[in-house]
Amino acid sequence: MSDLAQMPSLAPHAPETRGRSLFSLAMRRFRRNRAAIAGSIVLVLVALFSFVGPLFSDHAYDQVFPSYVSVPPSLSPRPGAETLQGAMESAVQRARVRLESFTVEGHSFTATLGADQPIDPRTTRYIDRANEFDDTTVKETQEDGRKLIVEGRVTREYFPFGTDSNGRDLLVRVMLGGQISIAVGVLASLVSLGIGVVYGATAGYLGGRIDNVMMRFVEILYSLPFVFLVVLLVVFFGRSFILIFLVIGAVEWLDMARIVRGQTLALKRREFVGAAESLGLSDWQIIRRHIIPNTIGPVVVFVTVIVPKVILLESFLSFLGLGVQAPLTSWGALIAEGANNIQSAPWLLIFPSIFFVVTLFALNFVGDGLRDALDPRDR
Amino acid sequence: MMTSDSNTAVEAETVLTVRGLKVRFDTPDGPIEAVKGVDLDVKAGETLAVVGESGSGKSQTMMAIMGLLAANGRATGSALYRGREMIGLPMKALNTIRGEKITMIFQEPMTSLDPLYPIGRQIAEPIRHHRGGTAAAARARVLELLELVGIPEPTRRIDSYPHELSGGQRQRAMIAMALANEPDILIADEPTTALDVTIQAQILTLLQSLQKRFGMAVVLITHDLGVVRHVADRVVVMRRGEVVERGRTADVFARPKADYTRMLIEAEPSGEKAPPAPDEPVLLEGRKLRVDYSTGGGFLKKAGLFTAVHGADIRLRQGQTIGLVGESGSGKSTLGRALLKLTPSSGTVLFNGRDISDFDRKAMRPLRRDMQLVFQDPFGSLSPRQTVGEIITEGLYVHEPQLSKAERDARAVAALHEVGLDPSARNRYPHEFSGGQRQRIAIARAIILKPRLVVLDEPTSALDRSVQGQVIELLRGLQKSHGLSYLFISHDLSVIRAMADYVIVMQAGRIVEEGETAGLFDHPCEAYTKALLSAAYSR
Repeated sequence: MSDLAQMPSLAPHAPETRGRSLFSLAMRRFRRNRAAIAGSIVLVLVALFSFVGPLFSDHAYDQVFPSYVSVPPSLSPRPGAETLQGAMESAVQRARVRLESFTVEGHSFTATLGADQPIDPRTTRYIDRANEFDDTTVKETQEDGRKLIVEGRVTREYFPFGTDSNGRDLLVRVMLGGQISIAVGVLASLVSLGIGVVYGATAGYLGGRIDNVMMRFVEILYSLPFVFLVVLLVVFFGRSFILIFLVIGAVEWLDMARIVRGQTLALKRREFVGAAESLGLSDWQIIRRHIIPNTIGPVVVFVTVIVPKVILLESFLSFLGLGVQAPLTSWGALIAEGANNIQSAPWLLIFPSIFFVVTLFALNFVGDGLRDALDPRDR
Repeated sequence: MMTSDSNTAVEAETVLTVRGLKVRFDTPDGPIEAVKGVDLDVKAGETLAVVGESGSGKSQTMMAIMGLLAANGRATGSALYRGREMIGLPMKALNTIRGEKITMIFQEPMTSLDPLYPIGRQIAEPIRHHRGGTAAAARARVLELLELVGIPEPTRRIDSYPHELSGGQRQRAMIAMALANEPDILIADEPTTALDVTIQAQILTLLQSLQKRFGMAVVLITHDLGVVRHVADRVVVMRRGEVVERGRTADVFARPKADYTRMLIEAEPSGEKAPPAPDEPVLLEGRKLRVDYSTGGGFLKKAGLFTAVHGADIRLRQGQTIGLVGESGSGKSTLGRALLKLTPSSGTVLFNGRDISDFDRKAMRPLRRDMQLVFQDPFGSLSPRQTVGEIITEGLYVHEPQLSKAERDARAVAALHEVGLDPSARNRYPHEFSGGQRQRIAIARAIILKPRLVVLDEPTSALDRSVQGQVIELLRGLQKSHGLSYLFISHDLSVIRAMADYVIVMQAGRIVEEGETAGLFDHPCEAYTKALLSAAYSR
């Protein structure tokens, strides 16, 4: 039998410190899926836009611009050159001088004022009084004071997504809505993941009467209408941001628990669970060390389905007015608002919808990719 | 077809000619050459055995010919069936040959039959597809076929679903399906591996008689040289995708040319174990052990009762190896689990002189380190998400929680050394190892706690013969160095003979015979033991 000991199958492996776990193999498969990778990149971009974007804008999400109510989206700054010209003309008129030339460059303007008498430099106050102009100073005096060249700042705002009916910048609001929607999506999914996995694994592993009772409880919760549950909780606890996670998590974990229980029933017949039992591990140790890690494939896939579902649910709640409160907002609330103004201000609907749809698409592609990577049925 | 009528086989026409067949699988790690240029000839009416261990490409060769490769596989080369090229043939054209002229039966009859349809309908399917005709005519033909393959009460069985048949009957139904169109070539891929020894013999006899009757060629893919020696006219030995030896069966067995063939032939487990000294203490004793399972039952329905073990008595002494033999369903594994208190049972269990019959899980926990279990399936018994290091140190985590990480690691290295694995294996995952290596890992997990008793539940059944030999050597060595007692459960009598000093034969939950190994093998008393022995050794 000694020649058998040199069988090549037993030859020591080439030195390799780390093995490749199933997860790293799955990631390799995932990386070869173009749609899923594109989806991940889009998700990262949307998340960056939502969470980092507000740092690059000097508008606050609740800042009201009374002069720009329901302004359509535009890439050029507001107010436009003609509006400024008009504003300057009326200001100059009040100061009883003539406007000889007026130019705007970026955030500053230069105007040449003329009059028959020497002009009092304090005339600039008339200009400052207008909303649009600030810090007007005399730069040059010509023709013995009959001509003043003045400079100053122009307050101009960019509204690439337009503003809403209260005069708030839609770009910043879409960013904020993204923050809340993504946070609700991720956190509520994690809540449902945590409860569902532990509950399902426990029910499935213990089996028997405990399983029966635990799953009947799940079915009772299933039979309660979702909206009813939400209204009930809102009435009891008042509306709060945390409640949204809890309500959605409390509904979504039911599906997760069922999926995990099904997986567990299959897993507990596997021999490695029997081996753990014969080593003397306790039930909870087996659930934690063997059952839960092995359900991770289907669970991760299911989470990518839950996240868009939760975002939709939150939108639905916000649409009904049970979600986040103004001035906070979410994509769902923005879309609801946009839908009310679809005729007068369609951009209020279009921009949040684009982000919402793109995010859901990306999540679904990522979910498909993960499913293919973690559940390779063709092998 | 015996080797004696070899003259006719020489003159027979060649029905299948395979030349330079290569099979490649594209995997994330790059292409894998599963078959590297195989040449084969199958002559009309002969039995050709393709022999090799798992991974030798013997099945993939046939799958490639039949166009059944997995989606990432590609076949090149040539396979001519009576002059018609089969490789690269479009599906429709291929279907005029396969299922009609060349048919196939598989290893696992349960998974190759569709559980949703009665077997009669499944057997009729190829008949109606290839020949047309009415449903009534097809049914008549199915009845005829069922009779032919020896299924009792064919008129009743024709409407049975696969789960209502036993393993042997299912395999017979598969054979009936394969024979439905009177093929030229029957490819049998490990047709008896999943069956009990006595049934194996029946199926092989059936195949031989059917072959005589229909005059078809049989390509038998197997790893079991006992089967080959008995049924095949010619043998092709494959290893790692290449043919290493071919020739008449008698020649190959008498004068193997390739080292690999010689190794395969000599890989039958050998040696025997001396019984322990009679004054060794009894380590484990079971008295009148009875295991009942409730079957079915539900919310309002009363559950039925099935008795898996009827009052078994067993005494295992220190350093002894008891071989527990029986066919599937005989209750041998259940008895092993009941002795370890892993299955609820009635009766008395004494471990090391202490009555542990009433111990619950918690009370058993401190005793677990002394009694370990090794399973049959080295693929299922290791958690795929843990590294080998985590797997084998799991017992330490329970029984010696005070150990530091470094101490645990040192124990893991020592255990891996002991089972003959490279210690660097502990950072890798089970799926990176072969079956034999995984079984070594499972053994390492059992011995790291330095137990006194190990129950081995078919530890070698899922392994190739040559690897089996190594695992048996390993188990023997460990027994010697640690003074272990084994309860060795197996259906494989040659392994039992090499491992055990005392044998217990079980049938339908009862111990039918027991005795010292040599005595029992040489002079079996009970008819059942005789049948088992003759089925295993007469082949």
